[in-house]
Amino acid sequence: MTGDVTDLKLYQVGTFAAGNRLVDLELRSVQAHADRANSITSGHRACQGCGEALGARYVLDAAMRAAGGDMVVANATGCLEVFSTPYPESSWQVAWLHSLFGNAPAVASGMAAGLRALGRETRVVGQGGDGGTVDIGFGCLSGMFERNDDVLYVCYDNQGYMNTGVQRSGATPPAARTANTGTAGPEPGNVFGQGKSAPLIAMAHEIPYVATATVADLRDLERKVTKAMSMRGARYLHVLVPCPLGWAAGPSDTIKLARLAAQSGIFPVFEAEHGEVTAVTPIRRQVPVEEYLRLQGRFAHLFGKRARPDLVARIQAGADRNIARFGLIDADTETQTSTEPGTGSD
Amino acid sequence: MDHPFAITLDVGTSRANKTGSWRTELPTYVHNQPPCNQGCPAGEDVRTWLYEAEEGGDAYERAWRKIMEVNPFPAVMGRICYHPCETGCNRGQVDEAVGINSVERFLGDEALRQGWTVGVDQPSSGLRVLVVGAGPSGLSAAYQLARLGHAVTIVESAPKPGGMMRYGIPEYRLPRDVLDAEIQRILDLGVHLELGVTVTDLDATMREGRYDAAFLAVGAQIGRRAYLPAGAASHVVDAVSLLHQLGDGERPLLGRRVAVYGGGNTAVDAARTAMRLGAADSVVVYRRTRDKMPAHDAEVREAEEEGVRFTWLSSITQVEQGSLTIERMELDETGFPQPTGVTEELPADSLVLALGQDTDLRFLEGVAGIEVDHGVVTVDDQMMTGRPGVFAGGDMVPDQRSATVGIGHGRRAAAGVDAWLHGRSVPRTEVRAPAAFEALNTWYFADAPRAHRPLLEAARRSSTFDEVVQSLDADHALYEARRCMSCGNCFSCDNCFGVCPDNAISKTGDPDAPYAIDLDYCKGCGLCAAECPAGAIRMAPEEI
Amino acid sequence: MFEQLEGSKAVAKAVARCRPRVIAAYPISPQTHIVEALSDFVRDGELTGCEYLMVESEFGAMSACIGASGVGARTYTATASQGLLFMTEALFNASGLGLPIVMTVANRAIGAPINIWNDHSDSMSQRDSGWVQLFAASNQEAVDLHVQAFVLAERLSLPVMVCMDGFVLTHAVEDVDLPEQDQVDAFLPPFVPRQRLDPRDPITIGSMVGPEAFTEVRYLMHDQQLAALDELPRIAADFQAAFGRDSGGLVHPYRTEDADVVVVALGSVLGGVNEVVDALREEGVAAGSLGISCYRPWPADAVREAIGSARTVVVVERAFAPGVGGVVSQDVRLALRPLAAPGPAVYDVVAGLGGRPVTRTALRRLLDDVVAGRLDPHGLHFLDLDHDLLERAGTPWRGTS
Ligand SMILES: Cc1cc2nc3c(=O)[nH]c(=O)nc-3n(C[C@H](O)[C@H](O)[C@H](O)COP(=O)(O)OP(=O)(O)OC[C@H]3O[C@@H](n4cnc5c(N)ncnc54)[C@H](O)[C@@H]3O)c2cc1C
Ligand SMILES: Cc1ncc(C[n+]2csc(CCOP(=O)(O)OP(=O)(O)O)c2C)c(N)n1
Ligand code: SF4
Ligand code: SF4
Ligand code: SF4
Ligand SMILES: [Mg+2]
Repeated sequence: MTGDVTDLKLYQVGTFAAGNRLVDLELRSVQAHADRANSITSGHRACQGCGEALGARYVLDAAMRAAGGDMVVANATGCLEVFSTPYPESSWQVAWLHSLFGNAPAVASGMAAGLRALGRETRVVGQGGDGGTVDIGFGCLSGMFERNDDVLYVCYDNQGYMNTGVQRSGATPPAARTANTGTAGPEPGNVFGQGKSAPLIAMAHEIPYVATATVADLRDLERKVTKAMSMRGARYLHVLVPCPLGWAAGPSDTIKLARLAAQSGIFPVFEAEHGEVTAVTPIRRQVPVEEYLRLQGRFAHLFGKRARPDLVARIQAGADRNIARFGLIDADTETQTSTEPGTGSD
Repeated sequence: MDHPFAITLDVGTSRANKTGSWRTELPTYVHNQPPCNQGCPAGEDVRTWLYEAEEGGDAYERAWRKIMEVNPFPAVMGRICYHPCETGCNRGQVDEAVGINSVERFLGDEALRQGWTVGVDQPSSGLRVLVVGAGPSGLSAAYQLARLGHAVTIVESAPKPGGMMRYGIPEYRLPRDVLDAEIQRILDLGVHLELGVTVTDLDATMREGRYDAAFLAVGAQIGRRAYLPAGAASHVVDAVSLLHQLGDGERPLLGRRVAVYGGGNTAVDAARTAMRLGAADSVVVYRRTRDKMPAHDAEVREAEEEGVRFTWLSSITQVEQGSLTIERMELDETGFPQPTGVTEELPADSLVLALGQDTDLRFLEGVAGIEVDHGVVTVDDQMMTGRPGVFAGGDMVPDQRSATVGIGHGRRAAAGVDAWLHGRSVPRTEVRAPAAFEALNTWYFADAPRAHRPLLEAARRSSTFDEVVQSLDADHALYEARRCMSCGNCFSCDNCFGVCPDNAISKTGDPDAPYAIDLDYCKGCGLCAAECPAGAIRMAPEEI
Repeated sequence: MFEQLEGSKAVAKAVARCRPRVIAAYPISPQTHIVEALSDFVRDGELTGCEYLMVESEFGAMSACIGASGVGARTYTATASQGLLFMTEALFNASGLGLPIVMTVANRAIGAPINIWNDHSDSMSQRDSGWVQLFAASNQEAVDLHVQAFVLAERLSLPVMVCMDGFVLTHAVEDVDLPEQDQVDAFLPPFVPRQRLDPRDPITIGSMVGPEAFTEVRYLMHDQQLAALDELPRIAADFQAAFGRDSGGLVHPYRTEDADVVVVALGSVLGGVNEVVDALREEGVAAGSLGISCYRPWPADAVREAIGSARTVVVVERAFAPGVGGVVSQDVRLALRPLAAPGPAVYDVVAGLGGRPVTRTALRRLLDDVVAGRLDPHGLHFLDLDHDLLERAGTPWRGTS
């Protein structure tokens, strides 16, 4: 009898889906609530299937819930800002301010300082794209971290400057084609650099909380936002948000791509407190990076006629390094998922 | 506040921008046919009753009632059904099929524990319907006809109802109290049962009983005999008769060493029964190999666990007192067994033949219109024979022979009878597109290895007729129900509501259509469809 | 109460009495003493209810001010030179969003070559940033202008820059009449923001505006700036009533009523200019001066009224637009344009770049040359240009004086 090893609390989709009609409303995701804040609402001009639009609603709705609605947002220039606020229409339903491309963390710091001085409990979220965060806004971000300002800063990482027409950023992965990393020559696409992990750099500031997440794992994302909001000081959340346009992928693949990025090890999902990694989200169904890469036109030059298996192998090696470094495959999970063949008669 | 012009905007004003105009593909919620439903010969909407059962508690009754719409034997079928629903179950491609059968049994037993009953839905029609044979098929038809308001009489030649469920299937697989209780629930609907009466002339019976229509389900009662050179003192019985004796409460003597000839479930039942009747050695002799054996794997495994031996690639050529002569066979290229000429002796006190059954159709002789082909009665897709108003089903018509198939026949025939009686045609059941595995997004389902039913401990298995396969307890039954992926049908997981980047999906609060898509804002990205765990959303090109 | 104070300290005290809620600043000479003092005040409790943010750059400083002002906090910063340029992008943003931030600019040259000494190139480089620019002629005026700046900024929802000459004023120890706290509280009401991020009444600040309305948005900004031209004299009058001092306003005419020759200048140089004016008057020359207190918005009417009847106008400016020449002189010409031709002759004189002293002697020599007709009214002139140095650099002076 294998019955006694099963988890009797199984709720069909567990916590993988947004909701679950079988469990208490309180135990479902914020996104499953009909009365969620819809921090960014319909009518925005994001591309079909935009991961950033989705990610922003996921994050801000959870943050709004955690803050009891008492929250303000500073937003960097980028797709998220442009598609949400072309005069005369705003998609935001939260108190929101856009200043510049490279200053959202500092604007958020100022907000936090102002609110504290005014004796308000209002919480502050800063947010921007990867360009606004890991490149042009990095100085402000680092300053915000170093002073431990009471801000949750969220980077929506779509791995490029999408708003300006898909140029590379410091977060663009190696070999990816962008508008300024073409596929001609012996080293097609973006360079194989040493990588720039904003989360690891954030950790080096020993701020209270750093976490990565993806739009493919809503519950994990919401848990992290909620946790971050329960803390004070500088907190950093780095969310992978696939961009159908920039990645040359199908709009319906947005979430799948985020999932494959995590399941291949390319995008490690973890959290850290005060500079120490405290938890990783283990890979549940490991896939080779190729499965992830093949869905994206920006990597098309690695396959087909002039295939570059050598570059795919380098990307795989990077994923394997992540897996080893963060311990993304844990022995327990492996045995858990392998099903014992039934011994019973049904 | 006095907002500065243009640089400051009112919140939520983008709703004026109807981005639905960008759409080239349109999402729609579907209700596809899951393979479990497709596979159930009784016609159960498995997905739907599992969906109800998943809630547990009060919902069990709803689930049970859903089964009862098509099958009056959940507790029985939850034990003896060969569950083809599970064979096709999409969950099998993830880990293991959902234990549909064990949940059905749990619900059936729960109904018996709680004393749930069903009532007659329709006012009395005043029409009389004859059912010949109280096997699963006849009882199923009687149940449906009674609920449709007809006066039903079952005529059954055996002293007790149940057909092969009582006179074939051994008790250790189907406790008789369960069978009795579920039959009684049918009779309680007002079905009249005449036991110990054999219909010998259908026309006469119908005339005398002033029946307006009839459903025939006499099964296949005659054990097939093979020609075997046998000594005078050799003890040869057929499995059907043997098991029938047990059904009558007898304990026939077979000796210490019993051989069973055949490879079907009946052979395995006979061999396992022989063990329980005291045989020290019970061996199944079969002409082909194990994988060619029609008997179900689980049954063979359980038999082996109980000590039954199997002799593959063997045919019996001679029967003597105390021994058999066996010839080794080998499979030819087509997989057919061919004799090798090599023989050996097998000690055996008796030989049980389990080579299949034939139907006794003498009572139909002279009935105009009835057509018989290969020993079974030809029926149309309403289960009506060539004789208008006379329907037939179960083992006596050409189809797979199982209790479940018989139940399905009974239900379909009842609908046919009802329509025929009212001069209507049976409404066509809508054809639903199959809920293919590929349409699911199985990522979302929690890892959940199947919970199997426990088995009776070995010691009590070979010596008693106690039930071998036990029930899942309530927790595990619920767990197993929740393993269902609700293929092709929404199960309210809120994923579509969650993943739409355009907030185009809203929750309606209506359990039958829990979500609505606002086409003013749906851009047709297809994320909802891609991320629907159950494959309940389909994208189709927008018609322009 | 009069106190002997360094200019920076005096300004810091005045700012503190304006009760800013957030100060975000980054050090740069010659602004450092101001922000150091303020950080002390916050720490030692002289300034309460204020958050002092030690940001990582001037860009961060102005950005933090934008955030703080956006949530409705009175906000202050100070910078100079490279620092002002480093916050350029944010300056335009703050004004575009109409955020009433007040900033001190301790005027300093811009490199390269790097030079920490005083001139007005930094402020002048930002004259189109949409900020109100006030120039202090003395430390007393610097102190007073800060109090007035907050009133103006918050009344009009515009950012205001108070410019004071680096070192010359910031580091000079003088007697200053510091406004008392209760006086300031009475003069400067609590900040009621025109717009504020408030979760209870959320708004979207900082939209993207396309060609369909961008011009109008800019026009509205212009209109708002022009409103300052009405507002400032009112505030100065109120200030005088409350504090008994004539500080601020748009322009400070000195002996201009019957003047033939008027020197136009901004900032601390005016003290020396006025002494030269007095000396010339004593010698019978009808000289006068016009101090520009409000440079942006440009008080064209007030300037014209003050100097329109003069025959000669000499603009002495501590800034320089390479390839063109004067900066303020262009504005002066603009102010005089409505006058009937020929109108006053306007001399462009670049003086005191990178900390070169503007001495009375040099000013006197300049005016003597002007009065004697020795200076080409159409040319560009540099006060105290070292011709030998130019020779040595291989590029001799190509001008006329
Ligand atoms: C040993 C054995 C094990 C089996 N195990 C399974 C199993 O585990 N699962 C499964 O699904 N199926 C099983 N089957 C098959 C299943 O039992 C039959 O397919 C099913 O019972 C057929 O139903 P039926 O109603 O057509 O006929 P039956 O069940 O055979 O019932 C026919 C009834 O009609 C009566 N009758 C016959 N002639 C007359 C007449 N002239 N007048 C009045 N009454 C008459 C008979 O007495 C009998 O009661 C098994 C069969 C056998 C033999
Ligand atoms: C100072 C400055 N430099 C450049 C730009 C142009 N610009 C606007 S958005 C953007 C890229 C945004 O990239 P990212 O932050 O990753 O956001 P995304 O659009 O990809 O979501 C650039 C380069 C700018 N607005 N300001
Ligand atoms: S370009 Fe990418 S990030 Fe920008 S709106 Fe389109 S999908 Fe979203
Ligand atoms: S998972 Fe559920 S709905 Fe799908 S085939 Fe299996 S039992 Fe049927
Ligand atoms: S996710 Fe939203 S926008 Fe995309 S197809 Fe579905 S309803 Fe339409
Ligand atoms: Mg980006």
